[in-house]
Order: sequence, then C-alpha cells, then structure tokens
Amino acid sequence: MIQDRINEKSPWQDITEGNKIFEAATSKEFCTGEWRTFTPVFHEEKCKQCLLCVPVCPDSSIPVKDCKRGEFDYDHCKGCGICAKVCPFDAITMREGK
Amino acid sequence: MAIRERLSGNEAVAYAIKQINPDVMPAFPITPSTEIPQYVANYIANGEIDTEFIHVESEHSAMSATLGASAAGARALTATSSCGMALMWEELYVAASDRLPIVLALVNRALTGPININADHSDSMGARDSGWIQIYAESNQEVYDNFLQAFPIAEHKDVMLPVMICQDGFITSHGVENILLVEDDKVKEFVGEYEPEHYLLHPTEKMAVGPYAVSNYYMETKRAQRQAMLNAKQVILDMAAKFEQMTGRKYGFFEEYRMEDAEYAIVIIGSAAGTCKAAIEEIRATTGKKVGLLKIRVFRPFPEEEIAQALSHVKAVAIMDRSEMFAGSCGPLGAEVRAALFQAKSQAEVVNYFYGLGGRDITVQDFMQVYDNLENIANTHVVTGMYDYIGLRER
Ligand code: SF4
Ligand code: SF4
Repeated sequence: MIQDRINEKSPWQDITEGNKIFEAATSKEFCTGEWRTFTPVFHEEKCKQCLLCVPVCPDSSIPVKDCKRGEFDYDHCKGCGICAKVCPFDAITMREGK
Repeated sequence: MAIRERLSGNEAVAYAIKQINPDVMPAFPITPSTEIPQYVANYIANGEIDTEFIHVESEHSAMSATLGASAAGARALTATSSCGMALMWEELYVAASDRLPIVLALVNRALTGPININADHSDSMGARDSGWIQIYAESNQEVYDNFLQAFPIAEHKDVMLPVMICQDGFITSHGVENILLVEDDKVKEFVGEYEPEHYLLHPTEKMAVGPYAVSNYYMETKRAQRQAMLNAKQVILDMAAKFEQMTGRKYGFFEEYRMEDAEYAIVIIGSAAGTCKAAIEEIRATTGKKVGLLKIRVFRPFPEEEIAQALSHVKAVAIMDRSEMFAGSCGPLGAEVRAALFQAKSQAEVVNYFYGLGGRDITVQDFMQVYDNLENIANTHVVTGMYDYIGLRER
C-alpha cells in the first residue's frame, strides 16, 4: 500500500521523486468521505432497485452487486445529495452531519 | 578533430539538437527562437534525425506536450522566447515539481509591454523561481556547448530537473560567429541514451505523475525538489569537467575574466560580457587600472558562496541587470549577488545598474564609465546612483 511508503508522517527524504505514485487506483485509499457535512441515508425497504441513483453519483459511492445497489460507500461519499434528489421512491434521505 | 563552422546561435542550438537526436520536440514559433524548431523540422524532413515533431497550437500546449512526452519516458525538448515562455508559465513549475528532465532552448527576449522583440532577460528572470536550472551564454560557442551539457545534467539521477539553455535574442541567436563543433560520435557518447528509471509507458510498472499533494505532503515535496537543485551544483561541475576533457573548453558556474588582481568588478549575464571584456582590455592597456568581470553562467542553482568568494578581494562591484523587477530597488541579479556579499560579510561597495532593456545597446564606452564610477565610489565610500540605468536618455 502506498501509505506504507509515504504517509503524513514521512520525512522529506522519503518523498518519492516528484511525488510520483507507483501504484494504480490509489484514490480508493484516500478517504475523502471525511469532507462530508450531509449524509445520505438508504431506506432499503422503499428501494425498487431501479438503479437511477447509481450513475449520477459523482463519487461512484453507490456500489452495485448482482444488479442490486448496496449500502453507501461512506469512505468516499461527499454527501452532495444528488442521489437523494434523483431517487423517485424516497428511498434516500439526507441527514445533517457526517 | 573539431569541425570549424560559422553558425548563428539558433543554428548552433539546432545543430546540437540534430546531433543529440532527441525523441520528441513539440514547439510553437515565436521570434527570435522560431528558427530553432524550423531547422529541426528541416532535419526531420530530410531524414537526418527521427525526432517526433509535434505541431501544437500554442506554447502552453508546447510545454504540456513536452511534459507528457517526458513523463512517458521520452527525451523531450522545446524552444521559445519571451511571451511564448510566459504562456508556458504554469507548465514550467509542473515540469520542475514533477522532476521531468526536459530541456528548453530559450532565446531571451523582452516581455511585452511595451511590445518589443529584442534581447533582455525579463522572460527567464521572471521564471527564476520556477525550479528550472538556468544556464546562460555569452557567445554562439557557449550556447552550443551549454546545450550539449543540458541533457546529461537534467537526466542525472541526483538531479532530474528541467534545464533552460539561454542565449540573448538576435545578438547571439541571429549573429553568425566562428564556432567549433564536436564530432557526431563524440556528442552521442557524451550525451548518451536516456534510460529513465520510471516512466509512464513502462510495460509493467504502474505510475501516476503529478498527483495532488495536500498540505501534509506539499512542503516535504518542495524540500525534496530543493535537494535536487542543490545536487545539481556538483553535477554541473562534473559535466563541465567531462566536457573540458572532450573539447578543451572550460566551464564552471561563472567565468572570471581578469579577476586575479581586480579591484573593480562587474557582474553580468549573457552577451554583453563580450563588450565588457573589450572595455577591460582597453582600460588595462591605457591606464593599468585593475578591472575585472564575473560573468554568471549558472544562475539556477545560484552559486552564492562561490560568487562571494570570487568577489572577496574587490573594492567595488557593479551588478548589471538586463531586466527590471520593479521592486523600486534592485534587479534580480543585483538582489541575489548583494545578498551573497552581505552574507559573506564583504566590505566591497556595491551598485546595481540596469542596462540593455528591450535590446538597448551597451557600448565599450558605457562599461568604461561604469568602471570609472566604481573607482569613484571606492575612493569616496559614497554610493551615488545606486539603481541607475545605463544608456538611458535623461533630461
Ligand atoms: S434511485 Fe432510489 S429506488 Fe432506485 S436504486 Fe437508487 S435508492 Fe433504490
Ligand atoms: S450523496 Fe452524492 S456522493 Fe454521496 S452517494 Fe449520493 S450522489 Fe454519491
């Protein structure tokens, strides 16, 4: 993992040349969900699995498995509320805070 | 045997590029550097080199494409002047912070405005904080020699920084001079093949170039970048020594001309040094006064201690700037040389003059006047005209 090599405690001597990252898809490890000030809440009982919410999420934070959406990926969801706006069945509501 | 030729500074740089045969050259024309990509395009069209020439729509794209090619693993370069470089500004910083060893053939020209196409150093001096190594030339021979040393310095594993090879627009870029060229096979051996350790087209290694760095990483990244610039000092000297072995021509951070016993010294960058040397010979021959010149070749990294050391025995120094920085006080060279002298507790009297802005001529007579001023200042210990302009019309 990239964090093992460089992290927020690394001295400057350990920083890779030009800050280059020698791994792919490392953004998964960067938990940007911390920035959230509003949080979407999933009401599974109301969900019809129409999957309209999935493609509109700018942070790919609604995982789909076997054609069904699951719980939000709160490590990366920024709480923008687009999914809640799009859902035709009130299966997503927004709550203030993380 | 070296090859005797007569070339303009632009031809000399283009010839060096032909001998190096780099992988990629994206470029956009701007006076007075236009000839460089033009000659290179000719070499490519004639099948003499197999460099990939990219026709871009602006200098912003030229530098972006050069960065991209370098990150991919290519030996890449471009050429520009003045406002062309201004349009590259953003990428200049990216090139340095991403540690891409690209080379820029810069033909110094005044920045607009007022619009002007002639030589001064406002373009490269404005980019002095961008993290590029900057090497300046007095003559066509020097810009050719500097260009041959550029890639070996940039690509050295302790450095990995972009290098700007600067020459004065029109004065050297279009002036034809006698020149000694190095044989092709010797150039190939000196410059070598570029074998990057990490590059985007690597078949197995995954890599991201230029990632976002939050404040927890930015400062450490910058400190590491500083180290590369510090390391560059030794590498520049090593390459100069290697180059001297090959050609007999000696280079360092600066040239000391008649400095052994000098009491009055001028510090200058670029082609005007030649005029200054003529003044020195004239003064020494007619009056015997001990006048000398420190011609800065490497401005980035700035050889602070070495400059102070070289000036340690003089009574008075005139630092000559070919660009304004509108501090209302000194110019860029003046600021840094004075700081170096202060740090070294120098007792020399110092003045900082502006000259040659927008291509204004400076004459042997002008330099003789400067040396006269220095003698006066040294005798009276009163510094008048601290930030004077040389060759300015005044009422
Ligand atoms: S839009 Fe609403 S109903 Fe459709 S899948 Fe998403 S949460 Fe379920
Ligand atoms: S709130 Fe925004 S970021 Fe979070 S899951 Fe919904 S659409 Fe994605």
